[in-house]
Amino acid sequence: MIAYLLRSLVQAALVMLAVAFIAFSMFRFVGDPIASIVGQDATLKDRQELSRALGLDDPMPVQFARFLANAAQGDLGLSYRQGRPVAALLGERLPATIELALLSALLALVVGLTLGVYTAIRRNGLLANVIMSASLVGVSLPTFLIGIGLIYIFSVELRWLPSFGRGDVVRLGWWTTGLLTESGRKSLVMPVVTLAFFQLTLIMRLVRSEMLEVMRTEYVRFARARGIPDRVIHFRHALRNTMVPVVTITGLQLGSVIAFAIVTETVFNWPGLGALFVQSVQVVDVPVMAAYLMFVGLVFVVVNLLTDLVYLMLDPRLRSASAAPAR
Amino acid sequence: MSEPVLSVRDLRVEFVTRRGILKAIDGVSFDIAKGEVLGVVGESGAGKSVTGSAVIGLIDPPGRIAGGEVRLGGQRIDNLSPEAMRRVRGKRIGMIFQDPLTSLNPLYRVGEQLVETIQTHTNLSNAGARKRAIELLAEVGIPAPERRIDGYPHEFSGGMRQRVVIALALCAEPELIIADEPTTALDVSVQAQIISLLKRLGREHGTAIMLVTHDMGVIAETADRVAVMYSGRIAEIGPVRQVVQTPLHPYAKGLMGAIPTLVQSSDDRLVQIPGSMPRLSAIPPGCPFHPRCPHAWDRCSRDRPDPIQHAEHRVACHLYDANDPTAKAHMIHTHAPLEEGVAS
Amino acid sequence: MHAPVPAPAAPPKGRLARFLDSDLFYSFRTSPMAILAGTVAALMTLAALLAGLLAPQNAFDPAALNLMDGYTKPLEQGLGSQGLFVLGADAQGRDILSAILFGSRLSLVVGVASVAFSLVLGVGLGLLAGYVGGRIEALIMRIADIQLSFPAILIALLVFGVARGLIPPHRHEEMAVVVLIIAIGLSNWAQYARTVRASTLVEKNKDYVQAARLLGISPLPVMLKHLLPNVAGPVLVIATINLALAIIEEATLSYLGVGVPATQPSLGTLIRFGQQYLFSGEWWILLFPALALVLLALSINLLGDWLRDALNPKLR
Repeated sequence: MIAYLLRSLVQAALVMLAVAFIAFSMFRFVGDPIASIVGQDATLKDRQELSRALGLDDPMPVQFARFLANAAQGDLGLSYRQGRPVAALLGERLPATIELALLSALLALVVGLTLGVYTAIRRNGLLANVIMSASLVGVSLPTFLIGIGLIYIFSVELRWLPSFGRGDVVRLGWWTTGLLTESGRKSLVMPVVTLAFFQLTLIMRLVRSEMLEVMRTEYVRFARARGIPDRVIHFRHALRNTMVPVVTITGLQLGSVIAFAIVTETVFNWPGLGALFVQSVQVVDVPVMAAYLMFVGLVFVVVNLLTDLVYLMLDPRLRSASAAPAR
Repeated sequence: MSEPVLSVRDLRVEFVTRRGILKAIDGVSFDIAKGEVLGVVGESGAGKSVTGSAVIGLIDPPGRIAGGEVRLGGQRIDNLSPEAMRRVRGKRIGMIFQDPLTSLNPLYRVGEQLVETIQTHTNLSNAGARKRAIELLAEVGIPAPERRIDGYPHEFSGGMRQRVVIALALCAEPELIIADEPTTALDVSVQAQIISLLKRLGREHGTAIMLVTHDMGVIAETADRVAVMYSGRIAEIGPVRQVVQTPLHPYAKGLMGAIPTLVQSSDDRLVQIPGSMPRLSAIPPGCPFHPRCPHAWDRCSRDRPDPIQHAEHRVACHLYDANDPTAKAHMIHTHAPLEEGVAS
Repeated sequence: MHAPVPAPAAPPKGRLARFLDSDLFYSFRTSPMAILAGTVAALMTLAALLAGLLAPQNAFDPAALNLMDGYTKPLEQGLGSQGLFVLGADAQGRDILSAILFGSRLSLVVGVASVAFSLVLGVGLGLLAGYVGGRIEALIMRIADIQLSFPAILIALLVFGVARGLIPPHRHEEMAVVVLIIAIGLSNWAQYARTVRASTLVEKNKDYVQAARLLGISPLPVMLKHLLPNVAGPVLVIATINLALAIIEEATLSYLGVGVPATQPSLGTLIRFGQQYLFSGEWWILLFPALALVLLALSINLLGDWLRDALNPKLR
């Protein structure tokens, strides 16, 4: 089990290193770091001096090592566009995105699980079929359209909820939260629902198909042959076995919540990292792009580690010391 | 004989497919008495397992019970509500599946699975159910049951897991146990242990056992009576000694010929039946065996043979129809053991 | 429980007759959803392909627009051109119907091209990985894992951003569509690679391949002949579902303002423009392009769903 955890950690470190390398390559080769600082019309001599000063003449491994060391200390360079440290830009916007993503993931997981189990159990029921069809529509609906639709209903027609921004936020140290004010909470509703929607349909369909798969296994048949009530079979035997693959995939999906936040934040003018990233892509602000990539990489790695831990809790076969993780 | 524990009459099971209705079980009748072991043999697809599933009420759509009766201790159970049938399962009928590796839920301790089953059918407290679970594990021959009860299925060997499965089937002291190929997935060395365990439990508790298998050796060793199935019907049923040593139905003869027995003299040739069992979608009219039968005549492809009582056997074959004067003439290919059987 | 095996099909017939009798076509005929989705997808594709003929106005040509037609309501005549605007006009007097026809043409072109790109890339890499094995296989499959775990939209945005950084600014507009196709294609190839690799590994261990190896002949041509029919089904399913995803991805990128240039609006761009009029009451500028996008993506998605079920009955 310790070996299993260690392996996960090593893997996480390797992934992070690879992501950092990609970010470094972007930083170094896309766009012109010197032109971005001194402008296009600097003399050749100025450029050479600056190049030496910035260490751009050093061997690649040295530059990469320096990049890593700087990143580890929170120095992610200057934004070409805004001239401010990238780390500060990210830091300002981080709470907005984290708050949005966590609430969405929670909503998606709770509702997705419930509906998935329901549609699997009432496989041929009318409501289950309606939910399944609706989920297919949900998968086909682009996230931004769902957001726009919600804005139309709740902001334009009903005038219940604000259509953009975070509302009033409360500062807690370096963190800001919208959960403590009414306008903040109201502002969260539509972005959270929009962001959760896709993950929700995905989790629901996954839970359903896994559950149906498990319901066909011999041990469920054997449980039925022992007269175990359906309710117990569904929620004890089937659901827990369903959870093993569902947790893995949901874990991976949690990462994509961050990515889908890009779209949601743009729709609702949400002052988060995703909107910042889109702006940086539009104007090719490479340091911001590279830093965002590293941030997403970090989120993925952390979520993966957590997923592995949950996995250990769910499946006793992994916990036995000798057993290799069978995935 | 007193009232049988299980009585199946004219059972029919169908599967509805887009190519039409397939008859998986077509008019099967048999009884099992208290403490008796009925072996059910046949090739795969002959309907052995489906019969077991039908008795315990686990035929899933698109399959359905299309007719007939199943009586348990005199009470009809094939028309019970799902909830009433659930209470019969596990309580009055236990079932043992083929593969102990997949029969147990890998995520729960064996004790949890036992206690859950015990508490489903009894009013025992948690502690009481656990005590009973340990007794059951001990009874099925698991060493150190008070320790092993907290193990997960993957910590048990195949044979030990099958013992756990049997313990689970025994939780509520059922009147009938359906064992569906209980030894097929096990090592040969373990098979004999499991079979003798089943026999012992049947004897001690007076449990009727329906033993579904394709292994004639297991049947010969364990069963009191045996039913030979072919294409969803019972070709022959009778006491195990008679059916094994002097089979009447041409198919049963072929099947028995395929196992070498100790008493048989070595120059007896092994009878091979040419061809294979028809698919469910292409069961020929009349007797389903007639295309492969060395004795078949025109009547066999026309009339469906009804079971005929012949000595202690019931056999579904026109050869034994006393009312058909031509039947005897077709018997000529028969080899010696049959004559003995008829004579006795 | 052993499910009974249905009888084998009747004797060989002509190719069309065989298709009409096949399980696949049977499943299509008996699924109203599949028929409806197939019809909608076919009609929309046809209308998009014939955009040049059907559209009242060349929506991609700024010269064809009349500012006086701006904000014409659906089913009204424009003040400038006096033409009938069935679905209304936007601020610049662009006919929404024409814009949808041209826009869905662009969406379909980008979608189909990027699916084709990722299909060729994925199948190629999958074959290579399965056939060559060793380090190359490990590398390819690891990259595929990464691609699969990162959301497509993020990869596409990154590729798009990098490409913009590498291409000189004055060529951004003309390269936009190509960059978009590559960006979307690069974010969707891994599934093909996985499927094809798995089948290749199975095929590689068959006797004839070993025999060819022993004889010193390259088994590749024969292998491909055996392999391709096996993977055709799954690849087709992935491609259909990915087409819907690619169309949505393109629309999303364009909505985010990093897709096609504003002079050639795709459905996503139209929605981006339309959102500005959400509060001012010009609902048609947003609603019709959005409906067109949903209809297109949904019908293709439903087709893909049906196809997956039809080719793999176990999943139902």
